[in-house]
Amino acid sequence: MASTDTTPVLELRKAATDTAGVGAGLDALDTVSAQRGSLGEALRSKALPPLIGVLVVLALWQGAYSLHLTSSYKLPSPTDVWHSAQDLWYQGTLFSIIWTSVWRGLSGFLLAVVIGTPIGLVVARVRPVRTAIGPVLQGLQSLPSVAWVPAAVIWLGINDQMMYAVILLGAVPSIANGLVAGIDQVPPLFLRAGRTIGATGLTGARHVLIPAALPGYLAGLKQGWAFSWRSLMAAELVASSPDLGRGLGRFLEDQREFSDMSGVLLGIILILFVGIAIELLVFTPVERRVLRNRGLLATSK
Amino acid sequence: MTPALTTSADTPGADTGGAAPAVRISHVHKSFGRPGAQTHVLDDITLDVAPGEFVTLLGASGCGKSTLLNLVAGLDKPTAGAIEVPGGRPALMFQEHALFPWLTAGRNIELALKLAGVPRPERRAEAERLLELVRLGGSYGKRVHELSGGMRQRVAMARALAQGSKVLLMDEPFAALDAITRDVLHDEITRIWAERQLSVLFVTHNVREAVRLAQRVVLLSSRPGRVAREWRIDLPQPRRIESSGVADLSIEITEELRGEIRRHGQH
Repeated sequence: MASTDTTPVLELRKAATDTAGVGAGLDALDTVSAQRGSLGEALRSKALPPLIGVLVVLALWQGAYSLHLTSSYKLPSPTDVWHSAQDLWYQGTLFSIIWTSVWRGLSGFLLAVVIGTPIGLVVARVRPVRTAIGPVLQGLQSLPSVAWVPAAVIWLGINDQMMYAVILLGAVPSIANGLVAGIDQVPPLFLRAGRTIGATGLTGARHVLIPAALPGYLAGLKQGWAFSWRSLMAAELVASSPDLGRGLGRFLEDQREFSDMSGVLLGIILILFVGIAIELLVFTPVERRVLRNRGLLATSK
Repeated sequence: MTPALTTSADTPGADTGGAAPAVRISHVHKSFGRPGAQTHVLDDITLDVAPGEFVTLLGASGCGKSTLLNLVAGLDKPTAGAIEVPGGRPALMFQEHALFPWLTAGRNIELALKLAGVPRPERRAEAERLLELVRLGGSYGKRVHELSGGMRQRVAMARALAQGSKVLLMDEPFAALDAITRDVLHDEITRIWAERQLSVLFVTHNVREAVRLAQRVVLLSSRPGRVAREWRIDLPQPRRIESSGVADLSIEITEELRGEIRRHGQH
């Protein structure tokens, strides 16, 4: 017996028109509109504080130098370091040093993503695998990757493969663990909702599980990059060979051998600078975008 | 005003007039836990929903209403008995909107359309049509967090309809909403049910809501859930939840519900 026999649709529509007005009013009252501040405001609130932070550190440094707290070969002035950077610039080697390391770091990181992602998926979704290697994978995160350098040198010799091996051993566990954590935090409701609309198996993984796990995965990727970069610097510091291109780690170690403290400080600053730059230019925008789309970004005032 | 009330003592679903039911639940049992330490949740539930019928399942907590809905939705299997939904996988709406926050309102609906096999060129227009149906035309590009609770639940309704099923299962879908919004959504679901000639199985613990919406109210007893009694509601639609007809029936049904709950305090 169809419902229309007992319920006049027209009547319902008429009543509903009245309702629609109320509904529209409620919608208007409840809707939150996100407002984005002006560019000037963004610069003031986002860029100014870190800039002040850097200036304070430079001032303290200059102060320590001017007060002769220690001999100047141990603590050169900021200007000395700046001159070292200029020398490197005029020699034309500054960018090649940075690029050698960045290229190794990024390509090693991408390789780690390609390897770490399927490992994370399998560990998260296959229970016996998780029981078997989950704890090891987590434990590996706390192993400093520099500990792998001697082993990698014996296995592979002093070459690029050894560098990549150390990067992978450092970054793969954190990428895989990030994905596992991301998947674990997916609300079961999403999976149920997915199943009711027919997203099961691989379709479910593609349309529900992976997008739902994305924030955790991104956090893992970010950490994976940090681990890649650290591992690479450790490997470059320890392994020295004329066959290898000269990266930042090597540059740092060379300056130590020359007892050139401003060169050493320059090396440290460049390593820090590159690590932060990649995070700010690559990871932060992606992460912010994902979180903003999901309404997870706290709009700080 | 005389409340239009008939208590049907005869077998549920006998009044479908011979037409195949949209949902047939026959002698369904469900227990959880290991053998020996089992909890009986559902005990011999037999219930039909006729095509185009609006049935509300009413019961106190622990009556297994949500369990029953999960069984009908195919998310779980009954321990014994059979459930038939001849029209294919039914649509299910939860108390939480369960929309995917990484997709816009429109994309949420399109995903359901895609999984239901609607070809790509038609999806966008169909999603817009469904949003129009739930009075959210122009909200296609809205993110889930930009919508109010009532709007989210309406998008969830549109997503459920996108599955193309004529059977809609609703698990306390309005329980988390404020009274005014709930009232509006009652009108909307009644309208959509009539327009689309859906068969609805609607779970709630709210007696007035059950009477406001349903053609038939089924009261389940608790632990284990059994069909305790059912009422056919012949009040004309559209009803108002505060009308005296709805109120009178609600009083009677509430009395019965209280009786069911009281039995549990006695042993």
